[in-house]
Amino acid sequence: MFNRDRWDEIIEALSRNWFRTALTAFGVLWGIFILVVLLAAGKGLENGVKKGFGGIATNSMFMWTQTVSKSYKGLPKGRRFNYDLDDVAAIKENMPQLRFVSPRNQLGGFGGANNVVRGLNSGAFNVYGDYPEYIEQQPMNITSGRFINYGDIEGKRKIAVIGEGVRKALYDNGEEHIGTYVKINGVNFMVVGTYSMVSSNGNAEEDEKQIYVPFTAFSQAFNMGNRVGWMAVTAKDGYSITQLKSEVFDIVKNRHSIHPEDDRAIGNFDLYEEFQKVDGLFIALKIVAYFVGILVLLSGIIGISNIMLIVVKERTKEIGIRRALGASPWSIRGQILMESVFLTIISGMMGISLGAALIYILNKILDANGPVEMFANPSVDLGTVITALFILIFSGLLAGFIPAQNAIKVKPIDALRNE
Amino acid sequence: MITIKDLHKSYTMGTNSLHVLKGINFSVQEGELVSIMGSSGSGKSTLLNILGMLDEADEGSYTLDGVPIKNLNEKIAAQYRNKFLGFIFQSFNLINYKSALDNVGMPLYYQGMKRKERTEKAMAYLEKVGLANWAHHMPNELSGGQKQRVAIARALASDPKVLLADEPTGALDTKTSYEVMDLIQGINDEGKTILIVTHEDDIAHMTKRIVNLKDGLIIDDTAVDQVRALSHV
Repeated sequence: MFNRDRWDEIIEALSRNWFRTALTAFGVLWGIFILVVLLAAGKGLENGVKKGFGGIATNSMFMWTQTVSKSYKGLPKGRRFNYDLDDVAAIKENMPQLRFVSPRNQLGGFGGANNVVRGLNSGAFNVYGDYPEYIEQQPMNITSGRFINYGDIEGKRKIAVIGEGVRKALYDNGEEHIGTYVKINGVNFMVVGTYSMVSSNGNAEEDEKQIYVPFTAFSQAFNMGNRVGWMAVTAKDGYSITQLKSEVFDIVKNRHSIHPEDDRAIGNFDLYEEFQKVDGLFIALKIVAYFVGILVLLSGIIGISNIMLIVVKERTKEIGIRRALGASPWSIRGQILMESVFLTIISGMMGISLGAALIYILNKILDANGPVEMFANPSVDLGTVITALFILIFSGLLAGFIPAQNAIKVKPIDALRNE
Repeated sequence: MITIKDLHKSYTMGTNSLHVLKGINFSVQEGELVSIMGSSGSGKSTLLNILGMLDEADEGSYTLDGVPIKNLNEKIAAQYRNKFLGFIFQSFNLINYKSALDNVGMPLYYQGMKRKERTEKAMAYLEKVGLANWAHHMPNELSGGQKQRVAIARALASDPKVLLADEPTGALDTKTSYEVMDLIQGINDEGKTILIVTHEDDIAHMTKRIVNLKDGLIIDDTAVDQVRALSHV
């Protein structure tokens, strides 16, 4: 089937009217080009958005306290409560599926007054009391010094890790900051490190204007006792925090005498659920890309089918001669099918190449101009290309099928009749 | 070589049925050179088409070299055509985007012969018809006589039992016609069985036997003294 003569015939047949062949091929080229570019654009958006998460542990949720909305065990509704360190211990003990349970406390906030002073400089920054594992949940680049460790927690050391934004506000350019002291609400903390954010999305700059101190030192310095403001909870790989969180809530509700059906007492933000929504969006985008791409491709295929019909019509006489010389129906059918598949694949490959070239140029431009929000590294993987190739072969066969049937319906006697 | 008995064929055109062959009995021995004559509408082309397995008879039997030709599917018909028959047409019917050599090689290609062997064999046949120097020319670069000689080489290429020629000289001038007939006579001299459909008397008399058809019946079947085409050239 793939001998040289066959190829000669195919090349001859297609190059005889090369302009028409090129125009026809363009239909398929365009279809597969659109498909590849759409898929790549979808991938670029996905990469961009996922990069925006900045490697944050997405299987996480944050939980805080709200007012109790149901009376229970003689306690009234409208009551406020606080988490404490025993809650954290209880959750850790009962829920081995969780990777991290990080209690957190916070000072300052949006629009707060200046709370941090160093020499003549001062500023309003969020100050967090945190455990060392928080850096696993919210990745940061340590740009100098170190992050909080368990020695700090146990020793209740008054140390601080400050964001690059904080450093810029409180220190002169190039001034040594490690080992110096900043005064937070009147208490001195020694700076042991600085950090910057991994993600580059819009919040990054704000996120770099924060200060992390050991949880224990924070509690002691600011009279928190063993109160816990909120928690960041991350599930182990293979578990979904969305499924585990109600169990976590039940433990807390039980410990604080809250009605088991009180859904409002505990506020939470489920990062995983949000992430899933975003993921769903990208699946939808992919489906749309395939749908549009294949429809455009289909019109190209119809073009090829059309041209093959005309080719068969034009070559009626030739087909008749071949039949008279002993060509079997299968050889004729094979010829037409091969021509159609060949044309489809060649033009399809050109479309894929063209799409790849465009993606390459786009990547070059993106690299040259620095990161763009919500869009990064548009690409198609090999699997997609192979899928596209199969679609092409299949559609080539489809395009050739009706013309091939027409071709073998040509009776040699009709073809050879002298007009 | 060829035996046909009581052959009938009719065509339906709309509501009318046209009875073209009304019982033909006819046989050809090996090595004969037969011309089939008749005015247009006499059924001579239909007869040739049936002999060439391009068309099927409604009734009657047809035996070619001891093989009964009936109920053929397209695949077998194609094989038989390739193996048993060589066609020569009035309008040459060369494939015009293939060189003379490739045209001659076509029947061999459908036999599945390797390219190299095929080219050699096709070249030998082109030499036989005196066109070795034109092997790589396209049909549109050849004169009518040359085209017909390429077509004859092609018909010979698969070494068929019978050559069927449908008005082989119909599109040629007298001089060229005689040259072509000379070639055909030469091939017949080597023992090939040849059938020629023609309506030209002079051509018919260059064969060894004339079969006259009228209104779907053979009205005359006589052996003639062959006129050598060479004497006219």
